[in-house]
Amino acid sequence: MYFGFKDVTIKYGKNLVVEDVNIDFPKGKTTTIIGSNGCGKSSLLKTIPRVVVPDKGEVFFCDKPIRKYNPKELAKRIAYLPQVHQSPSDIDVKTLVSYGRYPHKKFTGGLTKSDRAVIEEIIEITGLTHLSDRVLTTLSGGERQRAWIAMIICQQPEILVLDEPITYLDIGYQLEVMEMIKSLGERLNITIVMVLHDINLAARYSHHLISIENHHVHIQDSPRVMMNEENLNKIFRIGAQIHEDKKNNCPFIIPEKAIN
Amino acid sequence: MNTQIAQKNYIKIIAIAIFLLIGIAASIASVCMGSAVFNVQESLKAIFVADDSAARLIIWNVRLPRIIGGGMVGICLSLAGCLLQGVMRNHLASPSTIGVTSGASFIAYLTLVVFPHLFYLLPIGAILGAFITTLGIYLLAFEKGVSPVKMILSGMAVAAVFGAFNDIIRSFFPDRIFNATGFLVGSLNGVAWKHIQLIFPYVVIGIIICLFLPSKMNILMLGDEMSNSLGVRTEQFRFLLIIVSSLLSGAAISISGLINFVGLIVPHIARLIVGSDYKYLLPASITLGYSLVVLCDLIGRTILPIGEISVSIVISFIGAPFFLYLLRSKSTN
Repeated sequence: MYFGFKDVTIKYGKNLVVEDVNIDFPKGKTTTIIGSNGCGKSSLLKTIPRVVVPDKGEVFFCDKPIRKYNPKELAKRIAYLPQVHQSPSDIDVKTLVSYGRYPHKKFTGGLTKSDRAVIEEIIEITGLTHLSDRVLTTLSGGERQRAWIAMIICQQPEILVLDEPITYLDIGYQLEVMEMIKSLGERLNITIVMVLHDINLAARYSHHLISIENHHVHIQDSPRVMMNEENLNKIFRIGAQIHEDKKNNCPFIIPEKAIN
Repeated sequence: MNTQIAQKNYIKIIAIAIFLLIGIAASIASVCMGSAVFNVQESLKAIFVADDSAARLIIWNVRLPRIIGGGMVGICLSLAGCLLQGVMRNHLASPSTIGVTSGASFIAYLTLVVFPHLFYLLPIGAILGAFITTLGIYLLAFEKGVSPVKMILSGMAVAAVFGAFNDIIRSFFPDRIFNATGFLVGSLNGVAWKHIQLIFPYVVIGIIICLFLPSKMNILMLGDEMSNSLGVRTEQFRFLLIIVSSLLSGAAISISGLINFVGLIVPHIARLIVGSDYKYLLPASITLGYSLVVLCDLIGRTILPIGEISVSIVISFIGAPFFLYLLRSKSTN
């Protein structure tokens, strides 16, 4: 298995979060996990930075459980962005982005010439050049999120895991960040795994969708196959119109009514 | 600092250099000043020439170890406070948060009040007491790992229990309490070269930390999820930092007794001036910590016509107004 979950079960105390999750994320593609609030999507993703430890099963990378990897070595290959960020209040963009080079740091060294080159390049790709000396908290929501994504790209990973990267952003910034993620995925040829709340954005920006419902993986398939009336009923408990977005070559939905 | 552009790095380096200069100036002044005043020439001669002069007697045997010891206490407490404020992700953390104060003061009560014939055990007892108390708090808070909040709460509970024990001792031995005052109100009175030997290894550890840990500390500040995913073994690192802080502050307390504010306010002031980047914050805390203790001890020794005010009291008088100032400036932010 390149990257995925094998028989993963997560419990918080006696409460079951998810059970028997088996997912094999397609290499080089973008996969999004969707599902209603509290269904366990974030918890599932949190097993990757080992903040949550599964009660059963493992996360696998290149046919080996991730706990068997040296953390720094793994960090050079898998990057993870949590839903909520913490950072010192006075940090500037360039310094934050430079932290992404930490897995590549030698024991005694600071930033090498090649580290600085990588940081410069990624600041440019993510459109942050004119913002690099700014204090992070003075940036807009979209700019800030771009800085965090720039940081994890500096790890030069082959897999990017993003837990709800756009949930707290205004719609303009949502599009800005999703477009950036998409172009980064294509340009750097990385595998992307995301959790998104917005069904339409999930459909537009993913090759592959996975839904979690009732503590289990419900369906794994392409957006077009998955977005039908029955699935929307079951996963999101809504009735909706389903249309084709010809420009972006993906389905989109217009929610109509709530189903209980 | 609410500006849009981040502070330039060379300003931070200048600030650290200024702290260092203050420390050097305070040290020189401390050598020369006191109940007997010497000029710089006499003082230098007293340090480097071993003769029978009064200057040599006072400066070499009393003042120099007191200054160096005091400076080391400042370094250890400030460094411990700086590390703990990072580990706990709480700017109000200090060595007392991890129970060092509780453990050391309890040992002090035991060895000075209850079993005064065991007074010579105090230095090593204080370090051990501090360390074991920290371990205890860590284990009490442990559940698949330790969250900072749990640790802080657990520390508070332990402090309450030890406080109760101390109160019991006080009520059983009311006439012997004054034995412990010298410890409970921290002072550098009587610090000698043998104390320096005790604390010196911890200062060396501290300096090594400054050289190798800043980048890892910075990563820790991004939260557990982020630091794990960047390759840091967060739980192990946190444990290491807590243990090191405990030993650093235990060593300091064993020389000078309890000096409460240093571990709390020095990292605060340092952070206000050089920012949160540990590459600058650690050296700034160390140099400022050295300077503050040496300076306050100098003030305590010279401000009264006869006698001295212990360094802990002088620092408290500076600390309280500082806290009020911080409170005000934070609320207007």
